[in-house]
Amino acid sequence: STFFLTTATSFEAFPTPPPLPRVSVSIDLRVPIRVGFGRGGSGAQRRMSMHERKTIDLEQGWEFMQKGVTKLKNILEGLPEPQFSSEDYMMLYTTIYNMCTQKPPHDYSQQLYDKYRESFQEYITSMVLPSLREKHDEFMLRELVKRWLNHKVMVRWLSRFFHYLDRYFIARRSLPPLNEVGLTCFRDLVYQEIKGKVKDAVISLIDQEREGEQIDRALLKNVLDIFVEIGLGNMDCYENDFEADLLKDTAAYYSRKASNWILEDSCPDYMLKAEECLKREKDRVAHYLHSSSEQKLLEKVQHELLFAYASQLLEKEHSGCHALLRDDKVDDLSRMYRLFCRIPRGLDPVSQIFKQHVTAEGTALVKQAEDVASNKKAEKRDVVGLQEQVFVRKVIELHDKYLSYVNDCFQNHSLFHKALKEAFEVFCNKGVAGSSSAELLATFCDNILKKGGSEKLSDEAIEETLEKVVRLLAYISDKDLFAEFYRKKLARRLLFDKSANDDHERSILTKLKQQCGGQFTSKMEGMVTDLTLARENQSNFEDYLNINPQANPGIDLTVTVLTTGFWPSYKSFDLNLPAEMVKCVEVFREFYQTKTKHRKLTWIYSLGTCNLIGKFEPKTMELIVTTYQAAALLLFNASDRLSYSEIMAQLNLTDDDVIRLLHSLSCAKYKILNKEPYTKSISPNDVFEFNSKFSDKMRRIKIPLPPVDEKKKVIEDVDKDRRYAIDASIVRIMKSRKVLGHQQLVMECVEQLGRMFKTAFTYISHRFSCCLEFLILQPDFKAIKKRIEDLITREYLERDKDNPNLFRYLA
Amino acid sequence: MRRSSTRKTGSALPVNPSSGSSDAYRSASSKAVSKEVERIDNLFYAYADASSGLIDPEGIESFCSDLEVDYTDVRILMLAWKMKAEKQGYFTLEEWRRGLKALHADTISKLKKSLSELEKEVARPTNFSDFYSYSFRYCLTEDKQKCIDIESACELLDLVLGFQFRPQVDKLVEYLKHQRDYKVINMDQWTSFLRFCNEINFLSLDNYDAELAWPLILDNFVEWIREKQS
Repeated sequence: STFFLTTATSFEAFPTPPPLPRVSVSIDLRVPIRVGFGRGGSGAQRRMSMHERKTIDLEQGWEFMQKGVTKLKNILEGLPEPQFSSEDYMMLYTTIYNMCTQKPPHDYSQQLYDKYRESFQEYITSMVLPSLREKHDEFMLRELVKRWLNHKVMVRWLSRFFHYLDRYFIARRSLPPLNEVGLTCFRDLVYQEIKGKVKDAVISLIDQEREGEQIDRALLKNVLDIFVEIGLGNMDCYENDFEADLLKDTAAYYSRKASNWILEDSCPDYMLKAEECLKREKDRVAHYLHSSSEQKLLEKVQHELLFAYASQLLEKEHSGCHALLRDDKVDDLSRMYRLFCRIPRGLDPVSQIFKQHVTAEGTALVKQAEDVASNKKAEKRDVVGLQEQVFVRKVIELHDKYLSYVNDCFQNHSLFHKALKEAFEVFCNKGVAGSSSAELLATFCDNILKKGGSEKLSDEAIEETLEKVVRLLAYISDKDLFAEFYRKKLARRLLFDKSANDDHERSILTKLKQQCGGQFTSKMEGMVTDLTLARENQSNFEDYLNINPQANPGIDLTVTVLTTGFWPSYKSFDLNLPAEMVKCVEVFREFYQTKTKHRKLTWIYSLGTCNLIGKFEPKTMELIVTTYQAAALLLFNASDRLSYSEIMAQLNLTDDDVIRLLHSLSCAKYKILNKEPYTKSISPNDVFEFNSKFSDKMRRIKIPLPPVDEKKKVIEDVDKDRRYAIDASIVRIMKSRKVLGHQQLVMECVEQLGRMFKTAFTYISHRFSCCLEFLILQPDFKAIKKRIEDLITREYLERDKDNPNLFRYLA
Repeated sequence: MRRSSTRKTGSALPVNPSSGSSDAYRSASSKAVSKEVERIDNLFYAYADASSGLIDPEGIESFCSDLEVDYTDVRILMLAWKMKAEKQGYFTLEEWRRGLKALHADTISKLKKSLSELEKEVARPTNFSDFYSYSFRYCLTEDKQKCIDIESACELLDLVLGFQFRPQVDKLVEYLKHQRDYKVINMDQWTSFLRFCNEINFLSLDNYDAELAWPLILDNFVEWIREKQS
């Protein structure tokens, strides 16, 4: 086998020790080369000399070795000394070999092993320690680095000379190998003595650097490498003799700093400093500390700078987290996130303040809208107006703003998403001036989707806005109420041809479906589909009339066939239809029967419109009116004057409807009827007469009939649905459990109602067979308690006689 | 359902109103007893309406004036409880006998004296909750009536709980008259009122937990008090 004796290549980088010869000698270790004591000869002689080799005694041999050792020391000390030649080396090696291979008692392996150690000890005691002891601080560190390098060179060379020991004696006896023995000497004699001084000197240099001074980083790197290397593969020395104190010192250093900064600096300045400190410490690790220190060091700094002063810092009155949010200091907030995300539970208070801030901003919007609304005229309060539209718009903007905070400043952290959600849930469920947020959102959508709404937006902007409204809906707990309002508005848009764009209608339904599930939108989708089918149906009807001209009623008729169940419920068959229209209805019915046999048509006159030709004295005009209005006006073809009660009797409508439609014809903008007495409102004693003098600059006018306010009915309907749902759930649970504690009952009920959308609603008992597909419930405990109270009255449940927290099912 | 069945068991005593057969066994053992029964019966007929065979509201009024007790007095309600009277404003002979015998009173003056004893009896905790529930049932005058209106409930609370829990009753009555969520009170709510008075520290309410099965009306009541306090 071949080996190369080389000095460490890295060695060339250090100028202090004199260069040792780069020798490359090829030696066959199994066949020792006789040098020195035996004179070389022929092969036969050589073989013979192996047996007749002259025994070397210890003193003689060691004397020779000692020379080599001294030469090495001199080279290390920089004294004038010729380099080792390969011959020198071979002589030294062979001497050891020979002394170890003599027959006992002349095998000096043990003695040489001890001498090897003693050589280091002697050198250290006589040369190394004195030179270190007389130096201090940085100079001491430099000397240490130099001595350590020298020592490593010495170990390398000496262990080569004594190499034969490693091969047999040490291996056989499991003793520490030469290299280790050499390094251990330095550790036991040098390192143990000065490690304290070294540590103090290093830490003091680090502190100087922290204060902005320039220090020799390379020196520190070399010194700290000693702490690592001296452990011989184990980090104990570095950790116990240096790192522990460094961390202690670091904590004390930053604790002092922080206690001043927190008083003097604003929150942003403080955070800048903290971030800078952390960066520098990280840098420090990269340059001269061991990489394993990074995490521990940074944790110390974070603990002292951030954790210890977290609340004081975040709550600084004029510059804390509140102020940063108030002043939109996004950079500072981002920094706050970066800093506080590192400390345990550090983001909790930040997200709390964020939540408070957003809640306050949102509540202020509610208050603002409330104030505007309370200044409105009392009679208009029920109508959702422009101000409420503005309110929704502002809430959307608020959401955009703080969502971008969550995404950017707070790096999409779930804690901040939660804070945002909770904040919005607080004020989004407050409602404004008697209108719930569910209604406001539905109206807002209506305004965007209908023709001539107050919002004039591009297609992209509409899409984007709808997306945002749907996102807001996530915060609304009364989603069922939203659905009900939305459906009412959608019905009006579709039936009165007010929808601006089919694509947008379908697009928002897709969005709603994604967020709230298919059950939520199934009826709405059905409505939109109905309308498409109705158009087809209408053209079929026109074809039918063309083929059967005798059936044509002489009036253009458009019928929209809707599917019962998809649409909100309307009154049907209420109006006494004028004869002309009765014929129309008949014709359509005949047509419809040709298409399908088993469907029943229910006519909803309240949703119809009608174009009438009015022959007024000044000119003939076209009036666009509702079917109700048309029916009322057509009564005046037969009579000139009609009293309120006559009109009501002939139309077969309720007081409310009659008052509404007569008001639109006699008291509003277009006075098609004259009213006696001439007042601004309708009373049961009024008498009406056709106003033949009526005129307008237009030839075609639309006489609007204001819709009935549906708010109350919608809310009542939803409320009723919810009561049924909760009742049904409680009964279902109790029916299977018979006896159940209050809390469990409430819990199971909440769970069941939460699932309602996913599972089909099944038949429960003969007393509850209602169908509730249309419900998203987040029932509060109060609602459930209320239902329990009611079920006790209705004797479905009773309270246990002995345990008042227990309910029993009464079959 | 449960309630109606309790009522039935409550009234199903082995007494035959027409013959008074249970008295027969007693009279056999003691003539004095039969004399007493006779006097009790006589007293009954002194107030009963001849055609209906019952003491009707008019009869009760004159009975009360003889007793020198107002007919709205809680002691009359206690007397009704002792008789296990079924129908408000009426006493049957059977009920009358049951009550007066238990009180060992066969004359107005004896009855007068026994009233204070009756008060003590009712005040015993086991009796009181029975009396308390009875007072609610006594107010259910219509067939299938399960609830009493708020106004009657307030009066009744004042009558039956007022002397024991004055501060609670005053507050509760104030609340019930103020709130708009409830128009009537059911039996469960009624019994919960008593449990509330017995268990909850008043006025601190510190041991009230709305998470428990208290009826919502009491949750609301407590919330109302806390709002007023803050």
